Amino acid sequence: MELNAKIPPGPLKDKWNYYKDHAKLVNPANRKKLDVIVVGTGLAGSSAAASLAEMGYKVKSFCFQDSARRAHSVAAQGGVNAAKNYKNDGDSVYRMFYDTIKGGDFRSREANVYRLAECSLHLIDQAVAQGVPFGREYGGYLNNRSFGGVQVSRTFYSRGQTGQQLLLGAYQALIRQVSAKAVTLYARHEMLDLVVVDGKARGIIVRNLDTGEIERHSAHAVILATGGFGKIYYLSTLAMGCNASAIWRAHKKGALMASPSWTQIHPTSLPQSGEYQSKLTLMSESLRNDGRIWVPLKKDDARKPNDIPETERDYYLERRYPAFGNLAPRDISSRAAKERIDAGYGIGAQKNAVYLDFSKALKEQGEAKIKEKYGNLFSMYRKITDIDAYKEPMMISPAAHFSMGGLWVDYELMTTIPGLFALGEANFADHGANRLGANSLLQACVDGYFVAPYTVSNYLADEIKTGPVPADSPEFIEAEQKAKELLARLVAIKGDKTADYYHKKLGKLLYDYCGLSRNREGLSFAIAEIKKLRIDFYAHLAVPGTPEEMNAELEKAGRVADYLEVAELMCYDALTREESCGAHFREEYQTPEGEALRNDEKFCFVSAWDWRGIDQEPVLVPEPLTFENVALTVRSYK
Amino acid sequence: MKIFLKIWRQKDAKSNGKLVDYEMDNVIPHMSFLEMMDTLNEKLVLSGEHPVEFDHDCREGICGQCGMMINGRAHGPLKNTTTCQLHMRSFKDGDTIYIEPFRAEGFPIKRDLKVDRSAFDRIIGAGGFVSVNTGQAPEANSIPVTHEIAESAFDSAACIGCGACVATCKNSSAALFTSAKISHLAKLPQGQQEARKRALTMVAQMDAEDFGHCSNTEACEVECPQGISVLNIARMNWEFLKGNVLK
Repeated sequence: MELNAKIPPGPLKDKWNYYKDHAKLVNPANRKKLDVIVVGTGLAGSSAAASLAEMGYKVKSFCFQDSARRAHSVAAQGGVNAAKNYKNDGDSVYRMFYDTIKGGDFRSREANVYRLAECSLHLIDQAVAQGVPFGREYGGYLNNRSFGGVQVSRTFYSRGQTGQQLLLGAYQALIRQVSAKAVTLYARHEMLDLVVVDGKARGIIVRNLDTGEIERHSAHAVILATGGFGKIYYLSTLAMGCNASAIWRAHKKGALMASPSWTQIHPTSLPQSGEYQSKLTLMSESLRNDGRIWVPLKKDDARKPNDIPETERDYYLERRYPAFGNLAPRDISSRAAKERIDAGYGIGAQKNAVYLDFSKALKEQGEAKIKEKYGNLFSMYRKITDIDAYKEPMMISPAAHFSMGGLWVDYELMTTIPGLFALGEANFADHGANRLGANSLLQACVDGYFVAPYTVSNYLADEIKTGPVPADSPEFIEAEQKAKELLARLVAIKGDKTADYYHKKLGKLLYDYCGLSRNREGLSFAIAEIKKLRIDFYAHLAVPGTPEEMNAELEKAGRVADYLEVAELMCYDALTREESCGAHFREEYQTPEGEALRNDEKFCFVSAWDWRGIDQEPVLVPEPLTFENVALTVRSYK
Repeated sequence: MKIFLKIWRQKDAKSNGKLVDYEMDNVIPHMSFLEMMDTLNEKLVLSGEHPVEFDHDCREGICGQCGMMINGRAHGPLKNTTTCQLHMRSFKDGDTIYIEPFRAEGFPIKRDLKVDRSAFDRIIGAGGFVSVNTGQAPEANSIPVTHEIAESAFDSAACIGCGACVATCKNSSAALFTSAKISHLAKLPQGQQEARKRALTMVAQMDAEDFGHCSNTEACEVECPQGISVLNIARMNWEFLKGNVLK
């Protein structure tokens, strides 16, 4: 199999215009004869569904939450990047493109990343027109803040709730189309399988989570905008329901997965405090603008943080990365924290955290100023830990956060199954091996508002003569049957361990062997352990009740069943990439100073994976990356 | 800590429900309230009983999916806090906790503590948006909005749609929810074009969904996790009046 990314010809800055000028169109009268299914109602899904419905396509939109407004885009705090250069600080589309390519450690496609930076300009316009209340200066113009890994201020924000406000804009656009009867919305519906007919994506099988009923839905194109799967680590910054099931089941139907092991581990989350813990709460990266990160110089220092004098503290980020200091990119900050924790300098009851200290900023700027900037985060910290961060340092720890990997897509965001598109965090496209802060909201929006309307139309232009897609073909019947069999199988085990038990075990394995740092031995061990865990799961799982009713445990079990397969692929992905890049740090490949050692000669490609069945080794299909506009350099933040 | 629970169990919308007693040993004060519920459910699953169905997702106070009446208060005893951000240190050893769903005509119970809040989506669908299609937007800085107006619009827009305002209101009024969206959009120049019509259609939809009237007890503001102000309700009434007079 050869992968064709379908990059348009011409110079980098003209490629997207070239594509738009030459893409096929669908006559308005024909659009209402074409059905599109959109799974997921986060920023990518809502914006795509609304935009396609506005154009006149017949759209069905699905989400597992009880309302489209609750998708996890809602939780993004910091902001959204755009190369508007309102600050007159030298920003440009090219500079944003370069920062993103470099931030991703030169493991993403130039053309995709350039388009992301280019469309960022329109996104801010669109969001403002929808009524998104971005932060503004006193004269009435839009304000910006800085984020890690760049030297300009290009981040637009709505206090610490930017994701919520952007999502409400997209949700309202979606609901407007629901009222106009251009979109049919199915909340509390979970996708169980993709239906492929004659090689093309033609529909999905879903379960109504309120009643347990299984439904078939057909369409001329299917869009998956189902988000990331960092929840596979169990303890993560993601919502409890975030999952890989939709993309994984599409993968098993033939859509290649790319770089599944590239997970961003966020440096500033709250540490785990006990076995009962269900999630790790993120504290915005913006805190690193004023907070200083340190651990005691002495191992097992039992003193309270405020009793440890300056001379006995190790500000390890400032020590190792003097140029960027506490604002070093996420992968580097997380890894540096792990290095100290593993060496025995971790703090807190479980010795799994580092300090984030505001005392210098409080002294210099005063409590009122710090409160204005971070008040909501300090009060959230207090709610969760009962500690007053104005008086003593916060304790923070790395946590699984964002999936750079996902379904492989070409420049049109189409997967290797014709008619199946993947948008937002569900795809692998723009972030390479490490995502820059405030680029995830951007990518989700750009994919949905500005890319999919052109590329999906280009595909649908050849579907005008297809006519309505029947939902009673043998392919639909078979997919429905298989989905029902899996549910019945999970309920029938009647064992003595819950889905959460397996999920926690799997998460620990991944943190230990496929997390912040990986090595050959550990990954091989993890693959064997995951296989064992999977066998145990199908022998001892306990799910009460039946599939024909509301059953939250069954929902969980289905997601964990998929995670037990995804995890194995993640380990293969990490094992075969014999280099360190971005979030992927292989201990065998590092410089004498302990920095990541990339291997451009052998690994300048995207690892796409082809499914060959359970207990079969997946097959690697590389997509070579060519860089015509930037020079591959060592990514240094020293 | 030892905690005694009285939890509302109801098999489906049609069945009768009742409070069922559970006992929890070894509750740790640092557990979140929902982690305590997870621990209970784990026990129930292993004993073959159907676990307590409750809504939750982000567990960081922003998605608006969680929500229970805890000892008669929406989201429990703390101010400006969702159920997921409540911790067991707010209770003491030996406490009895009553846990019930958000109750309102407009929020029919689905199972146990899960309720149907789709009425909120329909209220937004009745005009809670700016009618702008993708691609129509002008340059973002072409319409200045002062810092104060943008911040005030944000205060209204911060609503997470959890329904605590309805659950706590003796009339089950959705006035705070509806008015927050009307105000958010009426304050901004982008939303002002449709402000009058929006107030009329959204209020009409709110009435059609079996929510009661607002009688200004202001309990909603007290229980709102985002501290949405009742001044939004005053603005809604003003926009509604203007809309009716100038229609």
